Amino acid sequence: MIEFHLDPRSGVATYLQIVQQVKDALRLGTIDVGDQLPTVREVVADLAINPNTVAKAYRDLEREGLVLARQGRGTFVASTLAPASLRHYDALRIELEHWLSAADDAGLDEESIRALISATLRETRARRVA
Amino acid sequence: MTSSLDAWSLGKRFRREWGLRDCTLTIPEGAIVGLTGPNAAGKSTLLALATGLLAPSEGSISVLGCDPLREPAVLAEVGFVAQNAPLYKSFTVGDTIEYARRTNVRWDAEIVADLLTRMDSQTKVGALSAGERARLALALVLGKRPQLLLLDEPFAGLDPLAGREFLQLLMDGVAETAATVVIASHVIAHIERVCDHIVLLTGGGVRLEGNVDELLDSHRILMGPRRPLGAIRGVREIVRERHSGRQLTLLVLADGPIVDSSWTVDQVGLEELLMAYMAPERLPSPQPSPQPEERLPLRWHG
Repeated sequence: MIEFHLDPRSGVATYLQIVQQVKDALRLGTIDVGDQLPTVREVVADLAINPNTVAKAYRDLEREGLVLARQGRGTFVASTLAPASLRHYDALRIELEHWLSAADDAGLDEESIRALISATLRETRARRVA
Repeated sequence: MTSSLDAWSLGKRFRREWGLRDCTLTIPEGAIVGLTGPNAAGKSTLLALATGLLAPSEGSISVLGCDPLREPAVLAEVGFVAQNAPLYKSFTVGDTIEYARRTNVRWDAEIVADLLTRMDSQTKVGALSAGERARLALALVLGKRPQLLLLDEPFAGLDPLAGREFLQLLMDGVAETAATVVIASHVIAHIERVCDHIVLLTGGGVRLEGNVDELLDSHRILMGPRRPLGAIRGVREIVRERHSGRQLTLLVLADGPIVDSSWTVDQVGLEELLMAYMAPERLPSPQPSPQPEERLPLRWHG
């Protein structure tokens, strides 16, 4: 079951943070079709936020067709955002871990690694479009 | 939209001074309202008028569509926790719950038990911590399943952890009962997390009232080089201006996009917005402080 967390300093409205966290979980496949979201009561008792805020987030998700509220039973995931390849990303993740340890061996620090990844990602994308 | 509480030019005079004056407001049904303002701004007076403990000196107030003085039956639908959650210290927790059950028309034992799972019913109320006492008072008032819940400074005397636990319990109860809630508190950080409607009182009058999202949407921070201030396109009212060196920072009520690109425009947070409205209106800009070399040298008296 997904657990929400809040960043009050992010400046992002609370209900949008909840919407975003559900979408992220759907993208990563940590929740899938048929899974239940925590009830409004569970979320407010956990985070100490306004129940209307949770209801608003769930309504937004429902409008987008991502979840379905069933009267008296709760809110359930109705469709997923995870692309097929990401849903079975274990193999890719293992390759990435190998690559990261090679980068460590080569003496790259975390910032250099991030820079290298984002630069490579940008270039590959740009080349694909061209 | 139906409202849970309405006031029209409501005022209350105590001997010489007005505790509340010309207060007109509407609290929508289902809202969680932060009633805030400096000490002695009229928060407790407003709550006492809403519960029929005080009679208005002028104007009128309506609670769930009824006059709380002439139609006191409506008070069965109103839950009120006064400051410091007064309870009988010599009663045990169990006695207190039993007393509340017998003195209320409607009683939901399930919700009370649900909210007090970790409390021993044999404990004397006087031996409870401030946080436990606050939780007990809240559970009792939710036991009557009120349509409107009024809380006067519920966080006073609670440490941060107890404050958060209280808020969790309150929100759980609200989710269960769908009550409209008014939380009177001068600590904005506590109510910022939950309230979707604000009533700001200053000096016995309503200084600002409205839906939180709409208030945040309609206000902006403008930063730019210091200049003489004329009309700014997109700005209806300057709420606060601050100077520091050559920099000018304005908190404004906007009525359109700020097109002048010499201003850096930023969103405003609720706490900052309320502080700006709470400050005395339009302070003259502060005089430049004396240069360091003009200060008298400190002397050491040995």
